[in-house]
Amino acid sequence: MYSRGMDALVIKNLYKSFAGTVVVKGVDFTIKQGEILGLLGPNGAGKSTIINMIVGVARIDSGSITAFGYDNQRDYRKTRQMLGVVHQEVVIDNFFTIDQALKLHAGYYGVKDDPVWRQLLIDKLGLRPHLDKVMLKLSGGMKRRFMIAKALIHRPQLLILDEPTAGVDVELRHGLWEFVREINREGTTILLTTHYLEEAEEMCDRIAIMHHGQLIAMEATHELVRRLSNRQLRLWLELPLQEMPVGLEAYRPKLKEDGRQLLLNLPAGESAGILLGRICELGLKVRDIETDQSGLEEVFIQLTGLQGAAHGR
Amino acid sequence: MAAKSSRQFNPWLPFVTLLRKEILRFWRVSSQTLLTPIITASLYLFVFGATLGERLNVIEAFSYAQFVIPGLILMGVINNSFANTSSSLFMSRYLGGIVDLLVTPVSPPQFILAYTLAAMLRGLLVGTVVGLISTLFAELPWEAPLLAILMAMLASFLFAQFGLIASIFAHNFDTLSMYSNFLILPLIYLGGVFYPISILPDPWRGLSYLNPLFYLIDGFRHALLGVGDTSYLMAFGVSGAIALALFCWAAWLIGKGYRLRI
Repeated sequence: MYSRGMDALVIKNLYKSFAGTVVVKGVDFTIKQGEILGLLGPNGAGKSTIINMIVGVARIDSGSITAFGYDNQRDYRKTRQMLGVVHQEVVIDNFFTIDQALKLHAGYYGVKDDPVWRQLLIDKLGLRPHLDKVMLKLSGGMKRRFMIAKALIHRPQLLILDEPTAGVDVELRHGLWEFVREINREGTTILLTTHYLEEAEEMCDRIAIMHHGQLIAMEATHELVRRLSNRQLRLWLELPLQEMPVGLEAYRPKLKEDGRQLLLNLPAGESAGILLGRICELGLKVRDIETDQSGLEEVFIQLTGLQGAAHGR
Repeated sequence: MAAKSSRQFNPWLPFVTLLRKEILRFWRVSSQTLLTPIITASLYLFVFGATLGERLNVIEAFSYAQFVIPGLILMGVINNSFANTSSSLFMSRYLGGIVDLLVTPVSPPQFILAYTLAAMLRGLLVGTVVGLISTLFAELPWEAPLLAILMAMLASFLFAQFGLIASIFAHNFDTLSMYSNFLILPLIYLGGVFYPISILPDPWRGLSYLNPLFYLIDGFRHALLGVGDTSYLMAFGVSGAIALALFCWAAWLIGKGYRLRI
């Protein structure tokens, strides 16, 4: 029996190409059961292709995907029972109402409709006032909520969310993330992609960053931010400086407030103590110190070299 | 060690659910999927049974209405079996809803079986109602009822497979309607629905034997009237072989996920 902390998903040396262009190049990663992993990257990085290969929408060129110990190609009927996916594109069937569609989806996954669980999802996702509406008449936000309910109707052990909050309002985004946290606390493993990096930073235990089909970083969120983000030291000086002291060039110094404020960038991994020692050596008298830690967005931009790729900050 | 699913998995429930959904899909729009073809066939029956039919006589011992009814019944079966699989699967592909199925444990055989059975049900429902309405115009002797039912089922099965294949290869609605308007319709009309091919001069008669629809229509009429242009063995043999070939093709395409998975 699986327990929290064991592997929910193991991806090994995964490759995929479309029309001769390799879009996923030798990706390896593992998701532990019970964790929330954020898969980030600019558009076209290969995130959705990986998700499509995990859930069976895309064929695998080479490599392997194992979900809860089962190969997702050989034992696809077993792995698909354990996976739930919310696709980036809104996928609905206009023939049915929310309630009918949820019952059908439980059946597709080979499980009997569980009215208690279905009603719980309906209430948690605020779908009750719209139960008898056909999909065509639902708003964009309601369709998104329905898609989450649909992905959870068979109680998957791994929930995959591909940009679930793209184009939805702030209130709904907060509500959805709160719900995701709740089901994660109850044991569901989560793999998500989002363009809202501050949400990923807040939600995810670990972050994987993809660029040009390759995994370029993967570690615990706070570690990634700590290791790769620059910190900025803001020093308020007792006496204003007329010119920049020699010896601080490596820290890209800037003077502000008529020379009373000195801004220094502390490279990732360098101790602030060393820099402060150097300040003392230069004879600068410091009245006050502030540090600013940059976040995941800066790390993302630093790793991918893309300005403006992320938004939401 | 692998994990167990949190709820009891019934391996046949995905199939039953997909079949139910496919039946509901055409039932919900029954004015379009059932009523329209029934009215169309009824108009044919009226034209050929109650008006023109009285002035035509193409085979001995039977009125023209008696001759044309088996073809009209089978035309309803064929058109609607084809329309059901082709429109349902193509819409799923076109609107993206197919991914909802691709991510589930529905296996390729279950996928084909569910789509096929729903299409057969629609085709046979239309055929049955047309058959019932036709009794207002003429009585048929029903010489070999079991063979007639078997041939109708074979026709609906065959065209359900063809609908699956067409929906996979179609790029847009235009292409899909081309299969129906420029392939099935001419083959039906030239396959002996309205005339026995024995009255055609050569080479048209010889060419008609190359039309696969001829064997379905003639076999069905043979079973209902007791006379046909070809033997049961030939009619069932050719139709069965085509149905099997199309089934294998559809199964290969769907098993491979051709144009369904990326």
